[in-house]
Amino acid sequence: MWADTFFFYLFALVTLGGAMLTITRRNAVHCAMSLILSLIGVAGLFLLQRAEFLFAVQIVLYVGGIMVLFLFVIMLVNLDQAARMRQFSGQWWLALACVLAVAAQIVYVLVRGSQAFRFARPEPAAQGGNVERVADVLFKQYLLPFELASLLLLAAIVGSVIMARKRI
Amino acid sequence: MLHPITTTHYLVLGAALLAIGTIGVLARRNIVVILMAIELILNAVNINLIAFSHHLGQVHGQVFAIFVITVAVAEAAVGLGILIALFRTRSTVQADEINLLKW
Repeated sequence: MWADTFFFYLFALVTLGGAMLTITRRNAVHCAMSLILSLIGVAGLFLLQRAEFLFAVQIVLYVGGIMVLFLFVIMLVNLDQAARMRQFSGQWWLALACVLAVAAQIVYVLVRGSQAFRFARPEPAAQGGNVERVADVLFKQYLLPFELASLLLLAAIVGSVIMARKRI
Repeated sequence: MLHPITTTHYLVLGAALLAIGTIGVLARRNIVVILMAIELILNAVNINLIAFSHHLGQVHGQVFAIFVITVAVAEAAVGLGILIALFRTRSTVQADEINLLKW
């Protein structure tokens, strides 16, 4: 029980600290490294909640795939000049105030309404491991969205190849 | 309040991550960092989905998180492609210097 609490606060610290560094660092490569830290923290939170498949997907896909894509683009696009310029836009104080107000409201509602989360009894634990259960639901109940996701990925592949060509 | 970790803890963490990501989208000028902040927002959504999946003892939330990750991958690929095309034509990555449609 205490281990759960300790690891939750550890991963929450890693996640939020990495996120703060991501949006405040000047150098884009440092931002990407901080984002990797934050994504690993989120993966740890998935593991704490017994979502082992998503833990592996998060590490392999986000940290291994998307972040390599980001780093490649940072190398392709010359960001040296951008790093020397002003990093925040003119209305950053307005954005900060609005976002903090909305976040305070969300947190207030969540904490005040935390007793209302008893809207459904947890089902008894089903048979099989996490991967089997996810695959069962994904390929039986969500087969059409699964196929549509493959169509979306095809469109994204074609779109990104066309966008990155020399002459559009 | 702090010791037994409940679903509310995860939801508050997701809200905090959402706020940080939104500040990044609204306040940063570098488009690469804005795309990274969008990834942070999608991760906040995933934390909420997994928290409720764990709370209810079902795996439907995890299936939805897989779809969210799929959309995040597609968005990152197309967004970075657009960024490269933009850098070729305008040779800038500052979001407020791309003001062709502004008057």
